[in-house]
Amino acid sequence: MAEALPQDDALAARIAGLSFPSEGWQAPARFDALARLTAMGLPKRRDEYWRYTDPASFTSAEPVPASTLDDGDEGMVFEAIDRLKLVFVDGVFDAAASDPLALENVEIGLLSEAQSDIHWARDLYGVLEARGQVPVKRPFAALNTAFATEGVLIRVTGYVPRPIALIYIHSSDTSDAVLHHCIRVESGADVTILENGPAAARFTKVMEVDVAEGGRFHHIRAQGRDHDRRASTHIFARVAGKGLFKSFTLTANGVMTRNEAVIELVGDEAVAHVAGAAVGDGKFHHDDTVFVTHEGEACESRQVFKKVLKNGATGVFQGKILVKPGAQKTDGYQISQSLLLDEDSVFLAKPELEIYADDVKCSHGSTSGAIDETGLFYLRSRGVPLKAAQSLLVLAFLAEAIQEIENEEIAEDIRQRLENWLARHEH
Amino acid sequence: MLEIKNLHVKLEEEDKVILKGVDLTVEAGKVHAIMGPNGSGKSTLSYVLAGRDGYEVTAGSATLDGEELLEMEPEERAAAGLFLAFQYPVEIPGVGNMTFMRTALNAQRKARGQEEMSAGDFLKLVREKAKALKIDADMMKRPVNVGFSGGEKKRNEILQMAILEPRMCILDETDSGLDVDALKLVSDGVNALRDAGRGFLVITHYQRLLDHIRPDVVHIMANGRIVKTGGPELALEVEKNGYADILAAEEA
Repeated sequence: MAEALPQDDALAARIAGLSFPSEGWQAPARFDALARLTAMGLPKRRDEYWRYTDPASFTSAEPVPASTLDDGDEGMVFEAIDRLKLVFVDGVFDAAASDPLALENVEIGLLSEAQSDIHWARDLYGVLEARGQVPVKRPFAALNTAFATEGVLIRVTGYVPRPIALIYIHSSDTSDAVLHHCIRVESGADVTILENGPAAARFTKVMEVDVAEGGRFHHIRAQGRDHDRRASTHIFARVAGKGLFKSFTLTANGVMTRNEAVIELVGDEAVAHVAGAAVGDGKFHHDDTVFVTHEGEACESRQVFKKVLKNGATGVFQGKILVKPGAQKTDGYQISQSLLLDEDSVFLAKPELEIYADDVKCSHGSTSGAIDETGLFYLRSRGVPLKAAQSLLVLAFLAEAIQEIENEEIAEDIRQRLENWLARHEH
Repeated sequence: MLEIKNLHVKLEEEDKVILKGVDLTVEAGKVHAIMGPNGSGKSTLSYVLAGRDGYEVTAGSATLDGEELLEMEPEERAAAGLFLAFQYPVEIPGVGNMTFMRTALNAQRKARGQEEMSAGDFLKLVREKAKALKIDADMMKRPVNVGFSGGEKKRNEILQMAILEPRMCILDETDSGLDVDALKLVSDGVNALRDAGRGFLVITHYQRLLDHIRPDVVHIMANGRIVKTGGPELALEVEKNGYADILAAEEA
């Protein structure tokens, strides 16, 4: 790979410690990605999509050391959910802690073990990531495709009766994990993917999701138990006709989290919902950067992002809906809202619409506000104590995002997590 | 039961005095009405008693069964048995009526050292109260007051009152925004809650509410004071002649 080595010193330093698996079916995609990364370089603060979020901790040669777990935290989320568990410790698959990779209507493999040249994932690995580099550059996603050491390859062929859970465990203070998952949902198939856990001191993750006609993909992710978290994650999705893509993320705690979602609705009547509920106290910077492209006709997309911020926490939302020529009857919705519990917290939002079709319905809104004092007094006048009343109003504020989770058991788990977090971080 | 003595209140943000020495006593089992022109301080009195921010009590006291209300947080006043039916009930999207009421009732019970009520028992209580008030219990499944008509909002206030069983109820212009039928429904609800242990303070502009909720005592409030007190006939006099005569007599 000597000839591909970048001239840029910062980039050279950033990737020096990473391994580059240069053989097997992934190799062409990895070389491609490295070339893209070299051409675009690492992001800087002056880049359009990095103005609100400082990429320094993602671009530094070494990760900032991070403690593994805060003893004050509760146990893992989703524990009560019947699921197939795949466990990664500091980015390394832990077979002993995982369930056997077998479940009805699904093939599950590992990136590091999938050697066959005719592997189905060859048509997916790095493909959606590469498509997602235009028009907005996403250097950490290219870096991921080039250097990912592990990931799961999931091909769904029918209805999968239990959720597949990706559980991340962080055990080394200085781990720098790069995971790349590929998920292909075949025509008419249906799967739920759960993700939770701290992963690593620095976590760079890409998930590519290809939903075929009429396929259904549900994704619920919880980021919370790692207070020192520095994570840059991307989801790239392509949804064919009548396909469904739904992704919800709960983010609590963490120093620096950037979650990007890049979704293309390529077939007619496809649906994509992407939602997030984030709660941050103090040293917390959380960024949702979303790009939804409508290409097929009569597609529906929803972006619902809610953030509760206090003690100087910062929330960022950069969301775009692009309606391409011919994507008539598009129904696009985007809402980003923050509840600022004090005057030190900041919410930065950049909603964008770009529409090249004339028969579309697109709405967007962004708000920032404090807790409604009138509502608070009303609740208290009925006997609800101040803190409980505040928590009720905060949960009510987040409700629209949580409603995007279809599975009621999982939604209740998320709701409970938020309630507990609010109790621990009383105003 | 409710005893207000020489209550003086000004707005916190501006130097505007609203209540200028209100004296009023409501006995258990009685319904007192306060009538008065706009700006006389009626709604301020109800907010100050319930503990809303933005007002400063400069003198006087207000006690419920001997306990000083004005030193309590709003939730403590509720637990002590005070209830304010709002003139404009607040919409709270995302919070279910059922969750709200159960949280409120259990918080009050906890504050009084009583055991919390289970979800099952609470549901039974709600159904029973709703039935007695001829209110559709489905209202409890919806978010608090969201998308409710004016009449539904006021009925929801009365249902909350029935569930929480306060000792002292203040109704702030409960008749505003109601048509004749809704007015009757709401009034019937209030009448069903009248009993020997409970006091009512009914604030209204108009006599018409008092046709349905028959008061024992009527007070006329003007310019931050109670200027005249009498029986139900006083309300009729206002209806016939307006406030002008009473106020003129007061000034003379």
